[in-house]
Amino acid sequence: MNPNDQYFQQQQQQPGYGAPQLGQNYGGMMPPPPRTPVMVNQPQQFPPANGPQNMNPYGQPSPRPPMTQYGHSPLPPQAANPNQLAQQMGGMNLGTFPSRPPMASNLLASPMPPQSLAPGIAPPRPGLMPPMQQQQQQMRHVSPQQYPNGPGMDNMGHPVNGQQFNSPRPPTGGGFLPTQTAGFPGHPPMPFQQAPLQQHQQQSHLPPTQQQQGGYDSMGSRYPSSPNYPPGMSGPMPGPPSQPMPPQQQARRLDPDQMPSAIQVMEDDKRTRSGPFATNQKGLVPPLVTTPYLTQDQGNSGPRFVRSSMYSVPALPDMMKQTAVPFGLVICPFAQLEEGEQAPPVVDMGELGPVRCGRCKAYMCPFMQFIDGGRRFQCPFCKATTEVPAEYFQHLDHTGMRMDKYQRPELCLGSYEFVGTKDYCRNNVFPKPPAYIFVLDVSYNNVKSGLVHLLCQNIKSILQHLPRESVGGQSGTSRVGFITYSKEVHFYNIKASLAQPQMMVVGDVEDMFMPLLDGFLCDPVESEHIIDQLMVQIPTMFADSRETETILGPAIKAGLEALKAADCVGKLLVFHSSLPIAEAPGRLKSRDERKLLGTDKEKTVLSPQTTFYNQIGQECAGFGCRVDLFVANNAFVDLATIGQVARLTGGQVYKYTYFQADLDGERLVEDVRRNVEQTVAFDSIMRVRTSTGVRPVDFYGHFFMSNTTDVETAGIDSDQAMTIEIKHDDKLTDEDGVYIQVALLFTSPGGQRRLRIHNLALSVCTQMADLYRSCDLDTVMNLLMKQSVTKLTESTPKQIRDSLINRSAQVLACYRKNCASPSSPGQLILPECMKLLPLYINCLLNCDALSGGSDMSIDDRTFNMFAVQTMHVGASLAYLYPRLVPLLDASAPASPSDQDDVVLPSPVRCTGDKLRDDGVYVLDNGIHMFLWIGLSVSPEWIHGVFGTNSAAQIDIDRTKLIELDNPRSQQVRSVITQLRSTRQRHMRLTLVRPRDKLEFVFRKFLVEDKHGDASSSYVDFLCHLHKEIRNLLN
Amino acid sequence: MATFQEYIQQNEDRDGVRFSWNVWPSSRLEATRLVVNLACLYTPLKEKPDLPAITYDPVMCTRGNCKAILNPLCQVDYRGKLWLCNFCFQRNPFPPQYAGISELNTPAELHPQFSTIEYTLTRSQTLPPIFLLVVDTCVDEDELMTLKESLQMSLSLLPPNALIGLITFGKMVQVHELGCDGIAKSYVFRGTKDFSAKQVQDMLGLGKVGGAGGGGNIPPGQMGQPGMPGMPGQPGPGMPPGSVGPMGGPMGARGPGGQSVLPPSRFLQPVHKCDMYLTDLLGELQRDPWPVPQGKRPLRSTGSALSIAVGLLECTFPNTGARVMLFAGGACSQGPGMVLNDDLKQPIRSHHDIDKDNAKFMKKAMKHYEALASRACTNGHAIDIYACALDQTGLLEMKSCCNTTGGHLVMGDSFGSSLFKQTFQRVFAKDARNEYKMAFNALMEVKTSRELKVCGTIGPCISMNVKGPNVSETELGIGGTSQWKFCALGTNTTPAVFFEVVNQHGAPIPQGGRGHIQFITQYQHSSGQKRVRVTTIARNWADAVTNLPNITAGFDQEAAAVLMARLAAFRADSDEGPDVLRWLDRMLIRLCQKFGGYSKDDPNSFNIAENFSLYPQFMFHLRRSQFLQVFNNSPDETTFYRHMLNREDLTQALIMVQPILYSYSFHGPPEPVLLDSSSIQPDRILLMDTFFQIVIYHGETIAQWRAAGYQNLPEYENFKQLLQAPVDDAQDILTSRFPMPRYIDTEHGGSQARFLLSKVNPSQTHNNMFTYGGDGGAPVLTDDVSLQVFMEHLKKLAVSSTA
Repeated sequence: MNPNDQYFQQQQQQPGYGAPQLGQNYGGMMPPPPRTPVMVNQPQQFPPANGPQNMNPYGQPSPRPPMTQYGHSPLPPQAANPNQLAQQMGGMNLGTFPSRPPMASNLLASPMPPQSLAPGIAPPRPGLMPPMQQQQQQMRHVSPQQYPNGPGMDNMGHPVNGQQFNSPRPPTGGGFLPTQTAGFPGHPPMPFQQAPLQQHQQQSHLPPTQQQQGGYDSMGSRYPSSPNYPPGMSGPMPGPPSQPMPPQQQARRLDPDQMPSAIQVMEDDKRTRSGPFATNQKGLVPPLVTTPYLTQDQGNSGPRFVRSSMYSVPALPDMMKQTAVPFGLVICPFAQLEEGEQAPPVVDMGELGPVRCGRCKAYMCPFMQFIDGGRRFQCPFCKATTEVPAEYFQHLDHTGMRMDKYQRPELCLGSYEFVGTKDYCRNNVFPKPPAYIFVLDVSYNNVKSGLVHLLCQNIKSILQHLPRESVGGQSGTSRVGFITYSKEVHFYNIKASLAQPQMMVVGDVEDMFMPLLDGFLCDPVESEHIIDQLMVQIPTMFADSRETETILGPAIKAGLEALKAADCVGKLLVFHSSLPIAEAPGRLKSRDERKLLGTDKEKTVLSPQTTFYNQIGQECAGFGCRVDLFVANNAFVDLATIGQVARLTGGQVYKYTYFQADLDGERLVEDVRRNVEQTVAFDSIMRVRTSTGVRPVDFYGHFFMSNTTDVETAGIDSDQAMTIEIKHDDKLTDEDGVYIQVALLFTSPGGQRRLRIHNLALSVCTQMADLYRSCDLDTVMNLLMKQSVTKLTESTPKQIRDSLINRSAQVLACYRKNCASPSSPGQLILPECMKLLPLYINCLLNCDALSGGSDMSIDDRTFNMFAVQTMHVGASLAYLYPRLVPLLDASAPASPSDQDDVVLPSPVRCTGDKLRDDGVYVLDNGIHMFLWIGLSVSPEWIHGVFGTNSAAQIDIDRTKLIELDNPRSQQVRSVITQLRSTRQRHMRLTLVRPRDKLEFVFRKFLVEDKHGDASSSYVDFLCHLHKEIRNLLN
Repeated sequence: MATFQEYIQQNEDRDGVRFSWNVWPSSRLEATRLVVNLACLYTPLKEKPDLPAITYDPVMCTRGNCKAILNPLCQVDYRGKLWLCNFCFQRNPFPPQYAGISELNTPAELHPQFSTIEYTLTRSQTLPPIFLLVVDTCVDEDELMTLKESLQMSLSLLPPNALIGLITFGKMVQVHELGCDGIAKSYVFRGTKDFSAKQVQDMLGLGKVGGAGGGGNIPPGQMGQPGMPGMPGQPGPGMPPGSVGPMGGPMGARGPGGQSVLPPSRFLQPVHKCDMYLTDLLGELQRDPWPVPQGKRPLRSTGSALSIAVGLLECTFPNTGARVMLFAGGACSQGPGMVLNDDLKQPIRSHHDIDKDNAKFMKKAMKHYEALASRACTNGHAIDIYACALDQTGLLEMKSCCNTTGGHLVMGDSFGSSLFKQTFQRVFAKDARNEYKMAFNALMEVKTSRELKVCGTIGPCISMNVKGPNVSETELGIGGTSQWKFCALGTNTTPAVFFEVVNQHGAPIPQGGRGHIQFITQYQHSSGQKRVRVTTIARNWADAVTNLPNITAGFDQEAAAVLMARLAAFRADSDEGPDVLRWLDRMLIRLCQKFGGYSKDDPNSFNIAENFSLYPQFMFHLRRSQFLQVFNNSPDETTFYRHMLNREDLTQALIMVQPILYSYSFHGPPEPVLLDSSSIQPDRILLMDTFFQIVIYHGETIAQWRAAGYQNLPEYENFKQLLQAPVDDAQDILTSRFPMPRYIDTEHGGSQARFLLSKVNPSQTHNNMFTYGGDGGAPVLTDDVSLQVFMEHLKKLAVSSTA
């Protein structure tokens, strides 16, 4: 314990951080520091820097403690290697992939090790052990070989370094087996090359291979060529001489259960890495997004805010290029925190404003090095030194740390906020609280569908969710305003002093303007009675509307003008119904040519048909007006064009096809409520600063960039993430590491101008294996997905698919070549961190956003593309690999009162094989939610949940489960509620039974399976990818 | 017949017509030598309580290009059931319903006393009048308050079935929808844009909403596009082009189905239905809320608002009587029709600026309002302007709105002044028969016998561009047509009509021949009825060579003076002031030369007939009047004065030219006195009526007495009465006149005495006050010549052989 730690602990007991205490604590040691206006808005405790198992890195007496700290990796050197999973797929014959299209690869005999056979495919060969026994036997047999080092080896499937390794890990010793067997039943030990690289080199691959071969040999004969296999192909293939595999094995089918399982990986991670995650080191690989963890901010931002695709960056650009692993960040600046996590504290520096580097303007952060007795500090991003402002001066202690390090969030935390001074405000004027404007299409479609009525009915409850933030003693209330439109735009005066609301119609759609000065934006509490009246009036007034030609551009312009007139930023919630074909700016043509989807020409319908909505979007973005589109259409609306407004202003797009108030009403209201509630930052500008050697190049998400560095969003909510690709263009040194600072200037809902800062330090590696060990595959996929979707409007789907496949092949091939021990080229060796890459790439290739074909409408496709763009890692993962939860197995609560803590059943692999006819499953991907009801489900259950006697009688048009007062029903509903609560959107529940029309749609989301001709199953794809890898290796 | 004086009076009473010459010279040459044009002042809707109610259609001459109406001056062949048209000499059979006609049983239109007669066309559609209020909200709080009160009050004065609408404007223009429950609905327009009728229609949603708008309700073939901005010359919709008698044939064909009942639009509702709502709406009306920066004027979109008002009526009620009533509290400062910009540093244009061509917005603004006026005229809608502000409001630019549509122009200082309040009430005044004194959408046609042609009119009307055989090439006033449209017509609206004698010198007119003129005025009565008033007059021809005294005797100097005043004012609108004055002088000299008796070059020998004697004096005052002298008047005032001159009847117009001065003293009963500085005596109270102002002037002594409070002493009751007498008389004038004059009570030495001093003949000035021996009167500090000097010069010039 160094004195500072002690001091800090004392501090923690103090109720606040006032100067007197400072003096007290320093008592006698040194003069009290000059008083700087430190204010921590949120009374909070900084995470104790001295965890039980390690010292506070910043408490080191060394002048550059982080370096020392990072220099001594707690890992034993060899531990660097075992953390990769080398998975072999022995016996793959190169010749099996001559020039075969990927789709056909399921025909290939997969050279998998002995498998459990699906009954009925082929009888077990007489004289052989039943598969299960065989497998077990092999397991037992192989174990000692596989893990020669015994339990001491940290070897299984965990790319993390750091203290996690200190804890007993499942992979070690016997712990490994159950995990593996659960994930890969029938998997031979061999495919997992758990040994470190050195071991790979030392260790002979022969035994396992031989063993496998033995297995294959016996298996091979058991699998005659399947009937649909072209005879020519089933024959022996000429393979490379080195290939030890007998060619006749090809005809076998691979068991999908033996493929690396996403569920397994998540489960493992959950088991090993749940709990607190302290961000006290650079380059610390965080737990998976699916793992429940609690971030303890100890100098780096939590992974909820910033996730990097790699936590150990290659020192040389060359290596980066070679490995082809994408380097990027997913930034979710206002991510929702788990209970128990600390929100970034707000630091008010008063008139002084945030302390910044004189050259690159980086904000004060824990990475800054104070030198010259504390008079100057050096910026880790640009290396410049800056004079410490007199008000901010503080003496350094004997370790070179500022004495007030733990009093100041900006010196000891990764995430915190500064209060901005006037200089940080638009026109140097402190902003007013942002306003919310509801812009409602009241044309025939919306009236008929019941949307107008529904919304007016619910507006009161929605308004109660408006964020309220009190700033400086006065409560900052968000004001609201209402606009309706069909062919003209209607503004409403809802001033509290009026006897009845006033409606102002502006028919001049060519040149929209704001017709009233005050009374448009009002405090919803003060004007409650007027708003109530208005909400009664609107549905009646437009009840007989026959207007089917609508406008949209002028309505958005109207909202913008309203905000301009009120001189405040804010957001528009636009409820739109149909293609804007009325004669007005922004008029669109119908171009519903869905047959183009999936072809090379699809980009013509996926890109906007006019630039109008881009222009107005930019205009809105420039003023700080976020636009959220709620589209309730029953025909083509050209979302690709109108959605640009939302994209450029940081807004979200919601789509309710064939909206009917009784079916979709709840969903819409919930979405609106959440949208209103979640939006936390307005008129924001984000800049990502990096240390030299790397720099952000590409930005993905919903925002507008007027230059190449500043990401402007008119409003950003806690669900939205921005993905940034980082380019590595200069040599990095290990001592320095890679520093990233995300600074986001915004206006809070209470009208305070603040800066949110996220800092992240990554380590630098010189070994490729280090890179592969510290990757975050979910982040990689997020980046790849957004990149691919962005490319859709400029290149052809085929190019995108090819480049994805090539890239993943390159990543894996590079690993195979450089990190895995030499082994038969027929073996597929996957790095542990990326063993799901083939699965996820296949999911990506088949997801709606990327490959939605003519079976979906252009609008739906566009909607998916928009939705993808703002996803954070958790959402993108769910989108790629939907969650399939068996319901019938859910542990029934003992009594209805327990239903709050219903434990979510564990998900199962997303494949049709897992669906049992007597089971009920919920599948969701963040956008859709299906409830699949097997035909043999017990009638009692059906009756309990649906109130009907058999599955066939269930009304599947309903989108809501009826509320029945029995434990089953309550349990099912509470599970669904719980599942929904984990997603950004209120998902519509679709009931599906086998052989229903909709089952086809449902099946599409079983991503490990093959659907139609254009996609491949997971297994097929894995084989195809293997072939590609081998091509690369050769 | 007695004197010409009585004849003229009788004619005016019966027909509302005053001719400059009552005996007409029989040849073109002679006519031009008479100096004063052959012209008349005609009051089409002169109040005539004795008019019979005739509810059948008039009988018209069957000749296609004549279509004159049967009148008492026609020769009738009772046996043959024929009548001879006195204009084209066509023999016309009587229609079947006149079968019972005989010498003893004649229809009213053949009775000599009904040379003016009014028909009510029962078959025509009746529609209530429409009032569209256009209210400026860029005014002070208290101004707006009183204006709102006036407007609310006016709701009770309107016919209950009249349609009413409300537009308010400031920086924006708001068209209020009336009669919606639970929510106050209005349509807002940017004040900086000009909107076509089509745009207004679209933006107000009048295009296709269940035919609620007027657009599609006019049967095809009857007229062009109702919303089409009409050319002033085009016959208005509903008025078949070229048809002389819109009643009869074409009108009969139209029948009841011609113009279907237009359902009231959302913006124009019957008063009885929406008066509560409108009262509340007006009550809640707020000042224009947009902030006005320091040193700036409020942005006022008068031009846009008017344009929208015109457009709204155009697409809802084309060709129906309607009034747009604009209440302006200042000048239009943005958008189309802007008169000045919003920078207070730049004052509104003055006459000086206009002379120097410095009024940079003027031309464009005038063009805008002229276009609006012509659109309004095409559809038969009148525009009233009630401008109340201390500064100018741009009446000069907006004048065409009132001048061509026949709308009122009222200029005041404040909406709170009684001048505005009373005047506005008087707009809705009723006559003895409890009918509104206003008529709408009137068309006046002039027919003449073939020796005459019509040159034009000067009055609040617009040309219909109907060329006929009797339309003269020479244009005087609004010429080139024989039909004029008055979108609004009052009982004293009096256009001047100018004629030309075309009979050649060599073609004698038979002895006893008479010239005939027929005025046919069809209009929409305030009850909605379509009415036609026909006035037929005849005058004798005389050969000016042989019978000059005859003609001379028929001279009406009052009519002549007013006609000259109108011509002069009309010229002054386009010409430079001095040119007009020179022209006026020249005409006067020529008249004196022609009709005076004198020996050449001997001024003292000059004498002139009695019925010419006042004419030079009229001209003297006309020269000094505000109609021709712009000094000390703003362009708006000039516009207002000329506007009134052009529409009032002879008596009123003459007062404007030469104010009347009454004297009240202990020396005798009240008497008219000379409008001369010598009339200003210390022991007199003077009452001057200039039409625009009523000035009560207390002479020096009287003022001292009054200041001493003698009137309050019982023994000086007579003094009190003396003080009261002019006040009572003034009150009589005030209550009857429209617009209400400015009432000024002043005394010797009072600052307001300038109103009197500027009008009286400056017979005593600071230059000559001592030469006359100081026999009373008040000197006027002016360099203007006095009447005496003027007359001397006139005589000199008249008798001069060289002039």
